[in-house]
Amino acid sequence: MGTARMFGPRRVEKPVLQRIAGLNWGIVLANVLLAAAGFAMLYSVAGGTWDPWASRQMFRFGVALVVMLVIAVIDIRYWMAIAYPAWFLGIMLLVAVELVGDTGMGGRRWLDIGFMRLQPSELVKIATVMALARYFHGRNYFQSRSLRSLVVPLLLLIIPFALVVRQPDLGTALMIVVGGVAVMFLAGVPAWLFIVSGVAITAAIPVAWQFLRDYQRDRILTFINPESDPLGAGYQIAQSKIAIGSGGTTGKGFMEGTQSHLNFLPEMKTDFIFTALVEEFGLMGAAIVLALYGIVLGYGLLMGIGCRNQFGRLLASGLAVSLFLYVLINVGMVMGLLPVVGVPLPLISYGGSAMLTWMVAYGLILSVSTHRHVTIAPKGSGII
Amino acid sequence: MLAGFQGLALAALGARLYYLSVVNGEKYRLRADKNRISIRLIAPERGEIFDRNGEKLATNTQDLRVLLVPEQTDQLQPTLKKVQEIIEIDDRRLARIERRIKRQRQFVPVTLAQGLDWQTFSRLNVEIPRLPGVQTDAGLSRLYPGGNSIAHLIGYMSSPDEEDVAKSPLYQLPGFKVGRQGLERRYEPQLRGASGTRRVEVNSVGREIRELPPREEAARGGDLHLTLDMALQRYVVEQLGEEAAGVVVLDVASGDVLAMASSPGYDPNEFTRGISNANWQSLLKDPRSPLLNKSVSGQYPPGSTIKMIVALAALEQGLISADSTYFCNGKHRLGNHTFHCWQNRGHGKMDMMEAVANSCDVYFYKVAEKLDIDLIADMAKRFGLGATFDIGVDGEKEGLVPTRSWKRIYQQQSWQLGETLNVAIGQGAMLATPLQLAVMTARLATGMAVVPRLVNGDQDVAAFFPTLDVNPFHLATVQRTMAMVMEPGGTAHDYARKKSAIAQAGKTGTAQVRRITLEERAGDGGVIDNAELPWKSRDHALFVGYAPVETPRVAVSVVVQHGGGGSSVAAPLARKIMDFTLAEKPKSPTPAGQV
Repeated sequence: MGTARMFGPRRVEKPVLQRIAGLNWGIVLANVLLAAAGFAMLYSVAGGTWDPWASRQMFRFGVALVVMLVIAVIDIRYWMAIAYPAWFLGIMLLVAVELVGDTGMGGRRWLDIGFMRLQPSELVKIATVMALARYFHGRNYFQSRSLRSLVVPLLLLIIPFALVVRQPDLGTALMIVVGGVAVMFLAGVPAWLFIVSGVAITAAIPVAWQFLRDYQRDRILTFINPESDPLGAGYQIAQSKIAIGSGGTTGKGFMEGTQSHLNFLPEMKTDFIFTALVEEFGLMGAAIVLALYGIVLGYGLLMGIGCRNQFGRLLASGLAVSLFLYVLINVGMVMGLLPVVGVPLPLISYGGSAMLTWMVAYGLILSVSTHRHVTIAPKGSGII
Repeated sequence: MLAGFQGLALAALGARLYYLSVVNGEKYRLRADKNRISIRLIAPERGEIFDRNGEKLATNTQDLRVLLVPEQTDQLQPTLKKVQEIIEIDDRRLARIERRIKRQRQFVPVTLAQGLDWQTFSRLNVEIPRLPGVQTDAGLSRLYPGGNSIAHLIGYMSSPDEEDVAKSPLYQLPGFKVGRQGLERRYEPQLRGASGTRRVEVNSVGREIRELPPREEAARGGDLHLTLDMALQRYVVEQLGEEAAGVVVLDVASGDVLAMASSPGYDPNEFTRGISNANWQSLLKDPRSPLLNKSVSGQYPPGSTIKMIVALAALEQGLISADSTYFCNGKHRLGNHTFHCWQNRGHGKMDMMEAVANSCDVYFYKVAEKLDIDLIADMAKRFGLGATFDIGVDGEKEGLVPTRSWKRIYQQQSWQLGETLNVAIGQGAMLATPLQLAVMTARLATGMAVVPRLVNGDQDVAAFFPTLDVNPFHLATVQRTMAMVMEPGGTAHDYARKKSAIAQAGKTGTAQVRRITLEERAGDGGVIDNAELPWKSRDHALFVGYAPVETPRVAVSVVVQHGGGGSSVAAPLARKIMDFTLAEKPKSPTPAGQV
């Protein structure tokens, strides 16, 4: 306790153990429950075995949980200090992917760094929100409204967007933009600016169309008319809707999903795992899972609102919106509301990248929560 | 505000969820079932074919085979290569398989190999997981134990073509064959049986996961019982040896076809397995035409075997009596044309007994001069010539019974008396099949309108044929002339009768297939001997007969294509065949002589 005080009068936070104890364990539990739903579904789609997916997923979640807790207890000012460096690092990695990345699923996305395959766009998703929160921290409402002060945030947003689009990974690129826009909006950038840009973007769609890859065009066209290609991309949506619909109110029962167990569902352990869940647990099960997401992310927004420093406020809200978008896109996609963009359902889908992104982002939200009473000088002085 | 947006979005997701799973739940449940439940056909076992004594002529044996469903294999070439590591598929067969895969619909299985042994079959089963689209199947395959002795009657099975597939979905089943020829084709609907169905749960690539009750079993095809006596059939084929010949043996009382042979034959099992091109070509090119069923499709000039019909026509018209005599000096002049007797030096004075027994041609020239061709034709038709009997095998031919109107219609010419003379000795335009000749003989033996039958040998049809309505005395006279043929002095005595214990009646026939010129007749050697002629130019050897003389039970016709003389070649064969038939214990379900 004494050591903490040595650094100055503003260091009002408690020691690590106390900080851990002070975490909202209810919300941590909600995260664990979501992941557990994922384990159950991975167990089911594997045909009733823990191998090979569920067990690995559990291991990953264990690691990610520790990462989240560590992040949660690290001082919010530290995160603010590394906001720009993290963003730069992310951009460098994106460039590296462009040069030496591994190819998969129709684009260059992964970077092999020896012990694991890194997907820099996931890091950038968080880092962009951090950098924007950092930028708007210390700018008051009026400063935020000046057009001149929008130059830097737009660069912070457009550079990663452009790089991710080039991979090409339109889904992630859009998530980066929407997360960033949410931060800007909360920081006080006038709404009409977004409306104008929205119109401009709509107008730019025909131009953008030229830059889309064939498979992306297919996905969008198929989304507009799924029956046009019942054996190709439309097949996925059609089968997914059949699975969800046939589940009914209470579902077919655990391990009883015919669409998933007989392989009619595509990508059922990753992008379409929510479909498998609804097929087996029905409307009820789906409602519970969506409610958990709602609680977890609603808490994130609340933390943002309740934070006493601008950085934490923007960071928590921006991340909560980003993560919510993650869920929204995936669930909307499998129910045929949005195009098939290949976005997994964080925590539940099989795979490390999405899970790690979620847990790191949620760790930051928890960190904001832990340090919600900390006030930080406009320029962020006084730390490190 | 952001929280509101989030809530709104969540509500939208919830609403969509409700719409899919509750509002449209029933629709999607049906579609999920349609996805996973597939109705599969169960192949029926094909009915078997039996002879009159219950011997199997066509049966089913287990056949271990390996199939490929092109649709289910991701890469065709590597899969085929892997299969080749286990079983041998030669390049030509492989090329054929690949052509079929290209031609067929992609979900129709293609047979890669059949007739596998157990060891190979189990090795394949072990390897199946790494051979996508490959299936093993223990199905049934058609087997003809009778081999080539009944090929012409039974026909064979082969893979269905597009036309068959359109008729019944059964033909899409892997390895399911369709009757292609003969009885197998004719009785296809009866033999095939009816398919059963079973409901199976399948995964997205169509692989079966489990079967869902209830299951509807397939109905086995109906058996076919023939009137044929396989032991006799085998004996006949054995006796014919390498000759190109057709033989029909009838039960005169019931019309049952006891034997119907065509030589040479072919092995129908080879067709079921898929005949090699080389073997197919050799069958096609063989001058003795093994693919032709000579007993019903071979049309031959009846030669002297027609003489009973001519004699009967003349008797019925009251133009001659049995005692009427004519003098044969070896030739007969009509206008400026000379008709020759086969016996160059002539037979001398002949009555009807002697004329038939010696097969004197001049006697019949003189009888024919008094007869109209239409009267001969009428009698020939009453005895079954020029008619088909639809006994169930392929290619039954009508033969030809020439009449005045026939000549007017088909040759736009009026009938010449000389032609009547030619027909009276079985030359000229007249043609008959061995089946027709056997029917003729059976009718001569009984005076009844015997109709031959080959199938439903298990059903006891009342074999009361209507009478032919010829004067019984005239019929008895003709029957006596046929008995005389076998007596000392008759054309068949030395070659046949004297070696048999049973009294037989018959008539020899030798049908010319070439024109004998005046120069050849006048030359030193006279008419060239058959043995010195090329095979194609030799005479057809014929014999028709029945036995026993007093209570006829069996009628037989023998035609040996380019065999030479009816006496020396056909008569001995017929004698042996009749002896063999009568030596057997009568086992017929429709007892002979019941009439």
